[in-house]
Formats: sequence, C-alpha cells, structure tokens
Amino acid sequence: MPQLETATFLPQLVWLLITFVLLYVLMAKVALPRVAAVIDERKRRVDHDLEEAARLKRETEKAIAEYEQALAQARSKAQAIAGDTRAKIAADAAASRAKVEAEIAEQTKAAEARIQAAKQQALASLQSVAAAAAADVVSRLSGAAPAADAVEAAVAQALAKQRG
Amino acid sequence: MNVAAESHSPLEQFKIKCLALCGEGGELQAYSFTNSSLFMVLAVIGATLLMVYGMRQRSLVPGRLQSVAELSYEFVANMVRENVGTNGRQYFPFIFTLFMFILFSNMLGMVPYSFTVTSHIIVTFALAIVVFLGVTLIAIARNGIHFFTHFMPAGVPLWLAPVIIPIEIISYLSRPISLSLRLAANMLAGHTTLKVFAGFVVSMIGMGGVLSASGILPLIMVTALTALEFLIAFLQAYVFSILTCLYLSEAVNMEHH
Repeated sequence: MPQLETATFLPQLVWLLITFVLLYVLMAKVALPRVAAVIDERKRRVDHDLEEAARLKRETEKAIAEYEQALAQARSKAQAIAGDTRAKIAADAAASRAKVEAEIAEQTKAAEARIQAAKQQALASLQSVAAAAAADVVSRLSGAAPAADAVEAAVAQALAKQRG
Repeated sequence: MNVAAESHSPLEQFKIKCLALCGEGGELQAYSFTNSSLFMVLAVIGATLLMVYGMRQRSLVPGRLQSVAELSYEFVANMVRENVGTNGRQYFPFIFTLFMFILFSNMLGMVPYSFTVTSHIIVTFALAIVVFLGVTLIAIARNGIHFFTHFMPAGVPLWLAPVIIPIEIISYLSRPISLSLRLAANMLAGHTTLKVFAGFVVSMIGMGGVLSASGILPLIMVTALTALEFLIAFLQAYVFSILTCLYLSEAVNMEHH
C-alpha cells in the first residue's frame, strides 16, 4: 500500500509545508483582503442606495402631505367664498324685494286715496243730482216749479234719514 | 513502467513517483519533487487563480468566476462566524486556506490519471496535527490553567473523575487521528472503488460475445459513483474545516466559572 511507504513521508511533508504556507500567504495577504474589499464596497453601496431611497420616500411623503394640506385649504377657502356670495345674493334679493314692496304699498296707498277722493266727490255731487231730479219730478207732477231751497233741504233730509 | 500492471492494481494510483530533484537511482530525498508535490502545487495554483484571477475586475456586479470566489469567501466566513464567533476572525485566513487546499486537492484528484494528495494519511495527519496543536496552544494561551477543566466538565460528580478524566483525555487526543483518518480514508476508499468498478468494465467487455454487453452495468455504477465522489470531495473538505472551527470555538470561547 503506497500510503504506508515511510520513505515517501518526508518529501510529502516538505512539499505540503511549502505549498500550504505559500497558499496561506497568497490568501491572507492578497486574495482575501481583495474579496473583503469588494464585498464591503458592495455592502456600503447597497446600504447607501437604500438610505437614499428611504430619504426620497420621506421627501415624497412630505410633498404629498403638503399638497393635501394645500388642497384642503383651497377647498375650505372655496366654501367660504361660496357661502359669502350666497349670503350677499340673499341680502341683495331681500333688499330689492323690500324696496319693491314699499313702492307697491305706496302706490296702493295713493290709489286708495284717489279712490276715496272720487267717492267723496261722487257722494257730494249725488245730492245736487238728486235735488235736480226731485225738482224735475215735482214740476212734472204738480206743474209748478218748487223753490230750489226747499227741494235741496228736503233731499238733504231724506239722504240724512237714509244714511242714519 | 508497466502500463498494464498499473491499470490492474486499484492502489497503483496512490503510488508516489519522483519527478524531479531525485537522488541517485530514483531514490526519494527530503526535497524531491514528486507527483504528490505536483498536485499540491496545482491545488495552490487553482485556488490562487480562482481567488486572485477571478477577482481581478473587482466589479460590484460579479461575473461567473468572481461569484464563485465570493461564494467561497462567504461560505467559509459564515462557517467561522457561526461556529467560532467574533473571536475567530483572526483565524479565518487559516481556515480558508485549509478549506481551499483540501477542496482543490480532492477535486483535482477527480481528474482521470491524476493524483489525490489527500488520499495519503501522512498529508492529512500533518494537517490535522497542525490544527490539533494550534488549537491546544491557543486554548492554553487564552485560558491558562483553566484549559485543563476541559477534561473535567463542570457538574460531574467528583467520584466520576477517575472515569471521566481518562475518557476525556483519550477523546481529546484522538481528535487529530479521527480528523485525518476520515479525510484520507474517504479519498482512498472512493478512488479505489472507482478503479475497481472501472476495472470490471474492462474485464467484462473482455469476456467477449454476449457477455461484453454486460459491461454496461459497472459503467453505470462508475458514473453514479463519480457523481457521489464529487459530493464527497466537497463534503470532506467542509467536514475538515467545520471540525477545525468547532475545536477552535472550544478553545476561544471556553467558559470561565
């Protein structure tokens, strides 16, 4: 069995020592620091990018909040303007209605006064018309013209009796 | 050299042949460059190519070879971190070298007509004894006299001491033996089995006639075994490294009561 040939032990050990130490030096001094540097650099970059993304996200959220706040403000302002306008229009309408109503009332009053005046006039002229008619009726029936004073007094008496 | 004789003995592949710096009449000298030396050098070249040439671009988005190099680094780094902890950081280059040396030796051994450095007990024993002595020295340096409480675990009744202490000492001393034997025996057995089954293929085809066709059976076996051997080549490098980590963990994380 070749594994038990003791004469081969020493050269194997010598070359194992040479090659293993060589590999150790190559790995420890050259290869591993390089790999570690690359991996660290990548990790650093990824962490930095993640941080940047988080920062951008925070900024976006802030912008959205600001936008929403502005929107809410604009909305309340618009509502206030609409309310003011509505109140103003209502006030204007009420004022003009009051004015029109006042005019109508005035005109109505004037018309009523005119009617009253006409009625008074009509009533005043009624007595003279009645007296003339009565004198005419008397002259036709009796053939003699009554005294104007007597007729007027009789008519006034009759009208007063009727009214009373 | 007799090629026919070589192919008939499954152990012939483990023979040490002097390639250069030989003594008189092919005698081996301490510094003789043998086929074993050649494959050790190839393992160093292979590992260095992967870790240095593979990382030459140092790109943030790694290519294929760089991915493998980084994967190896992360694999061993995680192994050390999980099994030894932060105290093990300074030993990481050694564990990494150990893992890469054994892995490349095992993998190069899978190439037909090559030589498996780790199939020789003297090589694996040398690696194991370095680990054993190193770990023991670290343990004594870090824990002083307290190190010897390892052989008398806390909470064990005093009357058990005469039994426990010899058992613990034997168990501790057998570590380099089990560590080296496990690796060498796996390589030796695996490669011998492959050779034996490959030999069956040749001899069954040689029977002639209809029987020649049956040579396909050991061929299938050899194919399956080759896949298994690749797994074992990796696994044994891993086992050797992780056991080293566990021994190291005991040394650096010994609890003080």
